[in-house]
Amino acid sequence: MSQTVSFLESSFDQLVAAIGNSLKPDEHFTLSLTSEQSQFTRFNHAKVRQTGSVNDGTLALTLMRDQRSSYHEFPFTGDVEVDRSRAKTALEALRKEVSQIPINPYLVFPSGTATSREIYTGELLTIEEVVPTLLPIVADLDFTGIYAAGLMIRAYADSVGQKHWFATESFSLDYSLFTPDGQAVKGTFAGDRWNQAAYAAKIQESRTQISLLSQTPKSIDRGHYRTYLAPAAIAEMIEILSWGGVSEASYQQGGSCFAALRRGEKKLSPKFTLRENFRHGLVPRFNELGEVAPLELPIIETGEMVNMLISSKTAKEYKLAANGADQQEGLRSPEIAPGDLPSDQILATLGTGLYLSNLHYLNWSDRPTGRITGMTRYACFWVENGEIVAPIENLRFDDSLYQFWGENLVALTNVQEFIPDVGTYEHRNLGGTWVPGMIVNDFTYTL
Amino acid sequence: MIVELSKLLSSLTISADWVGLRATQEASTHRTVRDGIPEYNSTSTTQGIMVEVLVNGQIGYAATNSLTLESVQAAALTAQRHAIVASKWAIYPTAIAARPKVVEDYTSPILKPFDALTPGEISEILIKICHTLKVSDQIVQTSATAITTETETWFVSSNGSEAHQKFWMISTDYSATAQEGAIVQRRSNNGGVAHCYQGGMEYFITPDLWERVQQIGTQAIELLTAEECPTETTTLVLAPDQMLLQIHESVGHPLELDRILGDERNYAGGSFVKLEDFGTRVYGSPLMNITFDPTVSGEFASYRFDDTGTPATREYLIKEGTLMRGLGSLESQARAGVPGVASTRASSWNRPPIDRMGNLNLEPGNGNFEETIASIDRGVFMEANRSWSIDDQRHKFQFSCEYGKLIENGKLTKTVRNPNYRGITPTFWGSLVNVGDRSTWQMYGTPFCGKGEPNQAIRVGHGSPIAVFANVEVFGGGS
Repeated sequence: MSQTVSFLESSFDQLVAAIGNSLKPDEHFTLSLTSEQSQFTRFNHAKVRQTGSVNDGTLALTLMRDQRSSYHEFPFTGDVEVDRSRAKTALEALRKEVSQIPINPYLVFPSGTATSREIYTGELLTIEEVVPTLLPIVADLDFTGIYAAGLMIRAYADSVGQKHWFATESFSLDYSLFTPDGQAVKGTFAGDRWNQAAYAAKIQESRTQISLLSQTPKSIDRGHYRTYLAPAAIAEMIEILSWGGVSEASYQQGGSCFAALRRGEKKLSPKFTLRENFRHGLVPRFNELGEVAPLELPIIETGEMVNMLISSKTAKEYKLAANGADQQEGLRSPEIAPGDLPSDQILATLGTGLYLSNLHYLNWSDRPTGRITGMTRYACFWVENGEIVAPIENLRFDDSLYQFWGENLVALTNVQEFIPDVGTYEHRNLGGTWVPGMIVNDFTYTL
Repeated sequence: MIVELSKLLSSLTISADWVGLRATQEASTHRTVRDGIPEYNSTSTTQGIMVEVLVNGQIGYAATNSLTLESVQAAALTAQRHAIVASKWAIYPTAIAARPKVVEDYTSPILKPFDALTPGEISEILIKICHTLKVSDQIVQTSATAITTETETWFVSSNGSEAHQKFWMISTDYSATAQEGAIVQRRSNNGGVAHCYQGGMEYFITPDLWERVQQIGTQAIELLTAEECPTETTTLVLAPDQMLLQIHESVGHPLELDRILGDERNYAGGSFVKLEDFGTRVYGSPLMNITFDPTVSGEFASYRFDDTGTPATREYLIKEGTLMRGLGSLESQARAGVPGVASTRASSWNRPPIDRMGNLNLEPGNGNFEETIASIDRGVFMEANRSWSIDDQRHKFQFSCEYGKLIENGKLTKTVRNPNYRGITPTFWGSLVNVGDRSTWQMYGTPFCGKGEPNQAIRVGHGSPIAVFANVEVFGGGS
């Protein structure tokens, strides 16, 4: 890996220098890189459905001048001559375009002095090793999912001399095991070094879980039920907070679910704490302007809104202080603080109700009131008097976060679980979410 | 490019049963103005080659954005390694016939080329749209977006394919958000980025542009003081801009053969449809006629052949309520033993083709808008999707719209806000009681249809008349 990374970093540096040398005095630029050398192997019925590799890289060159800006994205191949030629073409096109674009009074130029360099080397399976390593121990199971692995790079440089380089090798296996009647358990196994013993233990854990699904699913009537939401289910909820939740711009423009909390019209439970925590080190802290986010940023502290994510652009527009957020003002390394419920007390504390391992396809049903709808998915059970009785047929929920993270929040587990972000739209995602499980009262099921 | 790609193919040193090269080059511009101020101005270009290699009944793939012979040769050998190791664990032996020879050419129809307007002129129009949307101080945000995309693909293969397609595509999106205290309402131009077409600037500067923009702002304000949508079981009339979503989620996805075969179960999910259902299952009422139609001029996902080289033709997926065929090309059809269509597509050069939707349309019935509404004593008319959620078998859904009208005694009466409805797919389509005629038919699309591992977002088109469903649960917002 080190040779490849060094080569690509050198190519990137040469490109930055070439752009810098051709810049005019009144111009600024930023250059961002997203690159990967990934392997993807997809499974169904413990067989290979599709398998392949992708070498990809995209540069985003932003030109700023006279409070006007535009950016061009083009391929990063690592071939200095090819990439330099494309950068030159992009710069010339940007000069023509930027002069035509209206002024943006809130445009922020790069201004910091930050630099960083993080390289994480892994020990990954070769192409020849992946399938013979993963499939034999699940050959008797209805195993489906995707193994994704390889090198990922995020980098940044600009006209004021800031530079960041983040390269990491990692793998993730995102899988499901199915029963003949369609019940399933979900598992993820991720890291930077393949560990066969840990993989075998993970599969064994899933085998144990799927044995609980052998009973006929119980049909549950719509209504309100005390519910345990496992960490993977909570991670789904956290994900949509980046979509009209924690963004300051969204709040200012009428789109945030937390507007009622900020106005003091609604409350959340003092048990609920949400923060950005970059100490986990799985994602870069720099953003599109080279700014570095604080290691920790509390967002909701013991039920109180203490910060929203504020980008420099939003800060300039609304006369606020930026806090290192990226332009989307989305969560990049979120965690929910744990509570005090021991894992072995989950069922006893739940008593009678529903145990939900996962949720699926969440969306706002009424964002200003914090109402979210979605489906139960995978290993979900009806529990009576602290004992699992039977798996359930899928249910639709529709409830407000001001209820289930408000007065109906009973307890959080005393440990967090890391739920990796295994998304691969356009490129492999980095990081994930650290969350505990939660017990809530009167969770609303509608279909 | 076909010549260069064919030369590349013939220069490869590789032992395989079949090799295909699919090159893609895409250039898109994205301009967004928010509250009259430029928010985004970008141009994105991507290009690369996907190499597919068939060895011992298994396809391996490798994609590279470097177009040199050295890089493509390396990719071909990587693909071969994947194929060889996986062939012992293949889910199904893929035949060369799954990648048929295709020699075709296709270009989108276009009236006004993208360069008919300069970046400055586009920006000025978007700013004017924002200003027109702001009909009152209660409008707290306006937004206007125009996206142009020019995509070319070239496909050559060891069994003689030499094919080229060029797509000109344009998408627009305008919205206004109104706020009064805790009440927030957003109205857009037929739902988020719903105006997606193959063509040029004729879909940007439309004859009704300024009237539509004014209406969007006015209706956002109107919704602030509208009543909540009532909670009742009633007759639901969906406009074509919501049928876009209804067809997509509850017809398109369940009919994808890879979902039915289980490939998607770990991500997007499976389907309540079984392989034995094709040809016999009653999917909806006899008024339900759904076509896969890649031939509609200007519709977002029209094409001549899919990314496996299979020729694309118009076919009925559901005819008079009966399920006829699924979505999936020759590879899935062979695995499943059911008929499909040419819809195995890739989002770009860096993803392998999988079973997708293309253009899926509800065919017109009888009765114009006024006649259809006049036949209803009590109901709700809903426009423009706002929120969507459906289970992993595509069974239980809940959808929200932006704008609703009560129907009372055959007439549209009060405006209602936060109109939602929920249902179960077979019951819902079974309750289709009326389908509007061609005069009510409109087509839209989306660039955001997501599925696959690795994930792929692809462009699809959906056309529909208004449609009437009996006995549907509708409800409003609030906690």
